[in-house]
Amino acid sequence: MIEVKNLTKHYGAIRAIDNLTFSVGSDTTGNIIGFLGPNGAGKSTTIRILSCFQPADSGMATVAGYNVFTQSLDVRRNIGYLPESAPLYTEMRVREYLHFRGKLHGMSRRDRDNAVRSVTERCWLGDFVDRPIGQLSKGMRQRVGLADALLHDPKVIFLDEPTIGLDPMQIRETRKLIRELGDRHIVFLSSHILHEVEQICTHAIVIASGRILASGAPAELRERISAGSRLIAEIKGSPDAVVAAVKSLSGVGAVESDTQDEWTRLSIEANGAGDIREEVFKLASEKGWSLREMRREVASLEDFFIKITAEQRTGRG
Amino acid sequence: MRNIVTMTRRELTAQFYSPIAYVVLVVFLVLSGIIFGMANFQPGAEASARMLFGLVPLILVLVSPLLTMRLLSDEFRTGTIETLMTAPINDAEVILGKFLGTFLFYLVMLAGTLVYPIILSFYGSLDTGLALCSYVGLLLVGGLFISVGLFFSTCTQNQVIAAICTLAILAVFTFLGDWLASGQEGTLRVILQHLSIRSHYEVFVRGLLDSNHVVFFITSTALFLFLGVKALEFRRWR
Ligand SMILES: Nc1ncnc2c1ncn2[C@@H]1O[C@H](COP(=O)(O)OP(=O)(O)OP(=O)(O)O)[C@@H](O)[C@H]1O
Ligand SMILES: [Mg+2]
Repeated sequence: MIEVKNLTKHYGAIRAIDNLTFSVGSDTTGNIIGFLGPNGAGKSTTIRILSCFQPADSGMATVAGYNVFTQSLDVRRNIGYLPESAPLYTEMRVREYLHFRGKLHGMSRRDRDNAVRSVTERCWLGDFVDRPIGQLSKGMRQRVGLADALLHDPKVIFLDEPTIGLDPMQIRETRKLIRELGDRHIVFLSSHILHEVEQICTHAIVIASGRILASGAPAELRERISAGSRLIAEIKGSPDAVVAAVKSLSGVGAVESDTQDEWTRLSIEANGAGDIREEVFKLASEKGWSLREMRREVASLEDFFIKITAEQRTGRG
Repeated sequence: MRNIVTMTRRELTAQFYSPIAYVVLVVFLVLSGIIFGMANFQPGAEASARMLFGLVPLILVLVSPLLTMRLLSDEFRTGTIETLMTAPINDAEVILGKFLGTFLFYLVMLAGTLVYPIILSFYGSLDTGLALCSYVGLLLVGGLFISVGLFFSTCTQNQVIAAICTLAILAVFTFLGDWLASGQEGTLRVILQHLSIRSHYEVFVRGLLDSNHVVFFITSTALFLFLGVKALEFRRWR
């Protein structure tokens, strides 16, 4: 449904995206695709190209079966797009705005009435439909933008950081809504929150500095990330004995220790994906050592990026 | 076509929501009223309609940039251009719709000035043919001014810059065209004279409907609309 081949785009001398190639929205990837990357990675640029707002310098892209560059109007009939900042005409009322957008999509009066009713309900806008958009809060505007993206029941929906600026309650509701959308639409959303992508997406593409670093099911990516996680434990016992015993556990890599008034603080690197918390606990109780803290420091997205970039470098050699 | 109607309606409504448009409307009516009053109540002034119509473009040079400056600048500044241009509507439809919406608002402004010729007709001194020709001239001048303003609004996301550029170009071609031409010789002089908006417009105020001058306004308006479409395309290509 979304196919991208060797897509490249420069802004002046800056290369915003570099030779992107992916194909998503099929049975293998599921319908909710997360586009994950840090600031300036090229997420918005890619989405702008796929939604026919901007052309690319080179490469090829098709959305919903139409070529983004040569069949732009066909693509645009089949997509909904919520830009990063949810831009809206502030002087219009919500209902008026949605009707205007519906008209641009060629919807009849009756279709528009029905669609406006259903999307305002889905996006919890019921109480605000007759308010001027300029008077709405950031979160409400975000929802108006979302309602607009769903209005004409498009095949593909692009959401650029859809939960940014929402309160925790609304973030949860929005994520739930996006998961529901996956039943009938292909949703392509960008985010820099790993946790979010993991929660809602069936497939994730990780991008940094305009290049794809990894792609796959979120669980797979999580595996790669947690493989690099560390375990922090504080154990009371003779420092040397503790370190030696922990090192002898299977699945344990490097161990760093630091002792302060009898307590040895260990920073344990796991080898492979296994969870070694239980082993550590058992070890401590067997030896009669007290254990006062144990937590897993899951690598952050940043660590993940650093790790993967480093892997790529050494891989290239 | 349907898209143009949708855009036109939205743009016209936006003008009515905009405080600037109301200020423009009021300033335009007050200034043209003052010119009319000065012309009409001066002793011995009989060509007051000619005076009124002759000076309206001066007011338009000042106020029309205020009507057109936000047309696309604001879409670029707030980012609404992204949602607009990812809906199934092409660049030409956007430009034409914005043009027509603003032109309709301009018609409302012009309709407000109808009271002056009506007052004149009560004094029995109105030349109806002249007034009609002048209104045709004003429609054409207004259309051209709006297309120029629309073009500059497409070029920048800064409304003030758009307004200043429009004002400068309109002022040069409306008032300085003749003056610049007088300092030149030969072909350049002919070209400059031909580009002087006022000399084309004055033919209408004299009560003449000459197709040459109508064609001048229509082609130059079309040219600026075309440039507007190209500017919109170009800005997305960057
Ligand atoms: N209009 C523009 N002009 C010049 N450079 C741009 C423009 N838009 C983006 N860039 C550059 O292109 C690169 C990618 O930007 P992009 O907005 O796609 O990143 P992003 O992944 O969406 O980041 P964020 O998470 O901050 O939204 C950045 O280096 C940015 O500086
Ligand atoms: Mg972005």
